[in-house]
Amino acid sequence: MRYLLRKVVMFVSTLWAAVTLNFLLPRLMPGSPVDAALARLAQSGQPVTNAQRRAVEIQLGIPHTGLATQYVEYWKSILALRFGSSYSFPSETVAQTIGKALPWTLVLVGVTTVFAFVLGTLLGAYAGWRRATVADSSVTLGATLFAAFPPFWLGMLALYLLAFKYGWFPIKGGYTAGATPNLSPAFLGDAAGHSVLPALTLVITALSGWVFGMRNNMINTLGEDYVTFAEANGLRVRTVALLYAARNALLPNVTAFGLSLGAVVGGSVLVEGVFSYPGLGNLLYIAVSNHDFPLMQALFLVITVSMLVTIFAVDLLYVRLDPRVRR
Amino acid sequence: MTATTVSPLPQPPAEPAAPAPAGSASAVPGPLRFLGRALRTLWSNSKARIGLVVLGLNVAVAVLAPVLAPHPPTSTSFEPYHNPSGTNWFGTTGNGQDVFSQLVYGARVSLLVGLAAGAVATVVAVTIGLISGYRPGVLDEVLSFVTNLALVIPGLPLMIILAAYLPSRSVWTIVAVVAFTSWATGARVIRSQASTLRSREFVTSAVFSGERLARVVFREILPNMTSLVAGSFFAAATAAVMAEASLEFLGLGDPNTVSWGTILYYAQQQNSLLTGQWVLVFAPGLAIALLAVSFTLINFGVDALSNPRLREK
Repeated sequence: MRYLLRKVVMFVSTLWAAVTLNFLLPRLMPGSPVDAALARLAQSGQPVTNAQRRAVEIQLGIPHTGLATQYVEYWKSILALRFGSSYSFPSETVAQTIGKALPWTLVLVGVTTVFAFVLGTLLGAYAGWRRATVADSSVTLGATLFAAFPPFWLGMLALYLLAFKYGWFPIKGGYTAGATPNLSPAFLGDAAGHSVLPALTLVITALSGWVFGMRNNMINTLGEDYVTFAEANGLRVRTVALLYAARNALLPNVTAFGLSLGAVVGGSVLVEGVFSYPGLGNLLYIAVSNHDFPLMQALFLVITVSMLVTIFAVDLLYVRLDPRVRR
Repeated sequence: MTATTVSPLPQPPAEPAAPAPAGSASAVPGPLRFLGRALRTLWSNSKARIGLVVLGLNVAVAVLAPVLAPHPPTSTSFEPYHNPSGTNWFGTTGNGQDVFSQLVYGARVSLLVGLAAGAVATVVAVTIGLISGYRPGVLDEVLSFVTNLALVIPGLPLMIILAAYLPSRSVWTIVAVVAFTSWATGARVIRSQASTLRSREFVTSAVFSGERLARVVFREILPNMTSLVAGSFFAAATAAVMAEASLEFLGLGDPNTVSWGTILYYAQQQNSLLTGQWVLVFAPGLAIALLAVSFTLINFGVDALSNPRLREK
């Protein structure tokens, strides 16, 4: 019960701190969107007057009230999901833009995250069990290599080889340009075809973290006395590996899995950007390229809040998995 | 009590048998001797040895860049979009620069950002972790809260937002942004280690013998987690190399710096892949990967030092 209470307090306070950070960041930074816009104006040869500054400020929705009033207003608009208007997608609200991109990221990154976790954990458990063998070295070496490549770079190479050179997969987007997203089998098939390359890139780059984590936990667990005891009892090798060692080695990885599930909504900014996949990551990529601060701000908030909510949920789930924290 | 209480972390199997001769020991200053010993211990691990060699090569390329690069990296005197040839080994960029020379000079930026951001992040992590772990109470609560907050806020989006808001674009901006976003993991590990060390006898005895707080923390506790500190340095450095490439690829770096990230940025802007100039994308990515692998491999060695179960037989 105390564990639960602590987690709730922790969740509420981190949520408050994160939302406040999102409020403070643009206000504490030395430059402001207004200055950036005026600088671009000045570069084009126009004289910058006070009237112009005022006009840009109104256009960007920079309020002329005290910080405290702004803070109250900020909370009000967040709770109403009003995030201002983005420059990249002027015809719709920021909430609509994000709402449209969300399902794409949830499916693509959600599926690849779970898949990478299961596959990586199995590989890691195997490598830890067969440590110091050829199998172990090749798994570890492969994971080291793939972890070192920048994910967006792997994506670019996959794009070049498999999409551009051999034409096996479409080059960009989440579906054939011109199609309207719906749930018909034809459209879903098309979308699946478009998501193969980004999914492959994401799985390959996410795999190594799970492999290393599980391998190290496994090796630690295998050194415990109860595993030796189980072996001495003459239990079958597979029983010892899976039911005695792997089961306990998995626990630390569950927390990490929670963290990465929370990161799903953030998508993978660069990988989605490289493939022009219509998800949230690509949206952030577009926002950065266009200096679209309202969109950037809203995305950061959505990404952070979903992270915190997921971690909270995993913490609650952890009570079921590890009786030690129930005290 | 046995001697193990005095050194709670398994100490590296340093000093092969005989300690250094007294004469040479007094001639070399303490920190250098310590570094030499650490390097020798790392060298005995085969993975770390490969990592050290690759890192050494990288440093050599960065230092010798003016000698190794056949052309000035920013000179735009070549025909743009050229495929690899005798003069331009890796071809030319869309602006008519020599890719090979850019690659050689790019080692400087990546190495600088990796090492500098890794160092800053580690200093922050050690300071916060030690204070928080050694002094339980309100300060620890506050610092732990900040650490947890920094841990759960998604790193890359935060970096992107920070870099997008900062008005100046330079290598140092990137160092600051990366350091600001990657100290938390290290701080948490060091905090938990410091709080277990706090109640050990050797610390208590140091406190009772009247040693000052700073001395207790830095001379008694810190040396017992050298491997943790080294581990968080190399982890942060790896993250920094990756983050630098990512930020520059997004166009959030200084577009006038010659670095692996900016080569990739221009390659993407100029659609090099779709014009068949795959070397322009392939080479810088491979260079980033090599540097990152070297840090990771060294970290394996460090891991094995701190956890004897992970040691190679």
